[in-house]
Amino acid sequence: MTHRTVRIGGLSRVEGEGALLVRARGGRVIDLRLKIYEPPRFFEAFLRGRAYDEPPDITARICGICPVAYQMSACQAIESALGVAVTGPLRDLRLLLYYGEWIESHTLHIFLLHAPDFLGYDSGMAMAADHREHVERGLAVKKAGNELVATLGGRAIHPVNVRLGGFHRVPRRQELAPVAERLRRAREHALATVTWVAGFDFPDVEHDYRFLALRHPDEYAILSGSPAVSDGSSFPVEDWPDHVVEEQVQDSTALHARLDGTTGYLTGALARYALNSPRLSALAQEAARDAGLGKICRNPFRSIVVRAVEVVHACDEALRIIDGYVEPEVPAVPVEPAAGVGHGASEAPRGTLYHRYRIGADGLITEAAIVPPTSQNQARMEMDLRELIEPRLGLAQAELAALCERAVRNHDPCISCSTHFLDLRLDAR
Amino acid sequence: MWKFASCDGCQLTLLDCEDELLSFAAEVEIAYFLEASSAPGPGPYDLSLVEGSVTTPEDAERIRHVRRVSKRLVTIGACATTGGVQALRDFADVREFTSVVYARPEYIATLATSTPISANVPVDFELRGCPIDKRQLMEVVTAFLAGRRPVVPSHSVCVECKIRGNVCVLVAHGTPCLGPVTQAGCGALCPAFNRGCYGCFGPADTANSRALNAKLRILGMSDPELVRVYRTFNATEEQFMQAAEEASGEADG
Ligand code: SF4
Ligand code: SF4
Repeated sequence: MTHRTVRIGGLSRVEGEGALLVRARGGRVIDLRLKIYEPPRFFEAFLRGRAYDEPPDITARICGICPVAYQMSACQAIESALGVAVTGPLRDLRLLLYYGEWIESHTLHIFLLHAPDFLGYDSGMAMAADHREHVERGLAVKKAGNELVATLGGRAIHPVNVRLGGFHRVPRRQELAPVAERLRRAREHALATVTWVAGFDFPDVEHDYRFLALRHPDEYAILSGSPAVSDGSSFPVEDWPDHVVEEQVQDSTALHARLDGTTGYLTGALARYALNSPRLSALAQEAARDAGLGKICRNPFRSIVVRAVEVVHACDEALRIIDGYVEPEVPAVPVEPAAGVGHGASEAPRGTLYHRYRIGADGLITEAAIVPPTSQNQARMEMDLRELIEPRLGLAQAELAALCERAVRNHDPCISCSTHFLDLRLDAR
Repeated sequence: MWKFASCDGCQLTLLDCEDELLSFAAEVEIAYFLEASSAPGPGPYDLSLVEGSVTTPEDAERIRHVRRVSKRLVTIGACATTGGVQALRDFADVREFTSVVYARPEYIATLATSTPISANVPVDFELRGCPIDKRQLMEVVTAFLAGRRPVVPSHSVCVECKIRGNVCVLVAHGTPCLGPVTQAGCGALCPAFNRGCYGCFGPADTANSRALNAKLRILGMSDPELVRVYRTFNATEEQFMQAAEEASGEADG
């Protein structure tokens, strides 16, 4: 065989559009490119000239799956430029809103996008025919997350209630009671989900990942923290531009990020777990132990288990916040415009999301930079694929293509953040 | 379900109908939905839902294909219906934009404009919102399956405020609000959260933005602020375009 091409009609069950090109000669991969061709949407360009308080609403529209992540990183970057810190109950409410997004986004990925891979279905809806109780359980958890976001934010997608300094209106205690009721059931379902996914059949793959995730002194970092790397180093978020450099590669509208001169680091569920698992809630730690996760998980296929554990954590922590909730005196602290530069990072469900804004004395933005998780993970995803494909070049093409799709889905990439097709073209001689 | 330049939020709205999803999937054959399924069925399709706007030469071709294989074509969301937030490029130089975001702009193929689907092919129905409202989505899909017109209001958010019993933030708090000129559909969400509407559902049928602009100026909004608020998620929609031009002095008067 001198030449072969595999085409899979679009990378499905990811957010955005992509294609994979692989060239192999004599049993070795000589070229592998994950093309991301979601059309560019130019957020960083049109944010210039907008007012300092607009990015939370505007950048939410980068991604319909994790709008809260965009809102949180944007708020914190701008607040830091203007010398404002949001603390106490308002910060708790932000965390609570973010946990809601975590619950819905992770559960969507686990049940509708990822689990079908392990059980051999094309979609969560097809899987539901044989595994209805599991899918229904997943939908119940997802609904709890959505309701939490909608209660605090007005709606589950692009919440309207977030603003610099806090919220437009804070919830009354009694508004949170029905959500807490649903979350308590969701937490039980989430524990059952960990057991269910831990029993899947995982390909025996391990990669030598370099991880990056935020770290916080007393929390499993989600809303804020300092970037930490698995080699033991860490840096303040203000130093992000000195450590993470984005490079454009041909054929892709998402940029490739490099960390301290090296390429191919990983952010997301596996990274957070490797760096921060001792800070998970006690219940989530117990679930992780029972699922046999160990201290660090390097098998990307098992990321579904880590996500399930993170859902337990999010339900647990959300309930803790609701139980201790005291209505803040004001819905937001004032944030006045001034000249400055600010950096902000938070953990989107898919990984670290960094924003930077430069604001002029007139309150208008002069420069905006946004580094989404998928662009950070893209180079590492290519390495995963290369390591996975090389020893398996003898496999039937359809099988290889399916495996590559699965390997990409392991990372829950959100290509919308640049913006849905993975074509695998394999040329092997 | 087709996707063009967008954030996926509108198609996600379908997956967010947790209570209806499984029974819905049992009633209809979801033939093509890449976000949710890896087994796209071959066309032709009875009903295509299109999210996203047209921003690349390939997409301008692809939407023609989608139209050819679809009996009915419904756009969902501000991107597909008006060009979306990415249409802010229409007011700027896209080459300059490309060079701000990319070091090697020559690798990027993009159009100078972000156009709604209706500017490219005939559309059977347009559902507004950034994102769309899930009750409206259910109504539209149900209506098309039943072969009737969807019942979706064309009045303003103000009417919904009254129905919901919201206090008017404009009158009571002096908070600038686009509710009077914005199409209903969200259930008057922002005023319910003590904030002015920012127009994410696009202009209502009979929007009188000249009168509203006068009022917003009294409330302290500057002209550049007025321009920005109209030029956000539905910037290229006729009435919002005129309202922004009026505020910026670009209009004839
Ligand atoms: S209209 Fe808004 S919510 Fe819908 S796809 Fe476009 S940006 Fe996303
Ligand atoms: S009130 Fe206005 S901005 Fe708010 S959700 Fe409704 S249409 Fe959108």
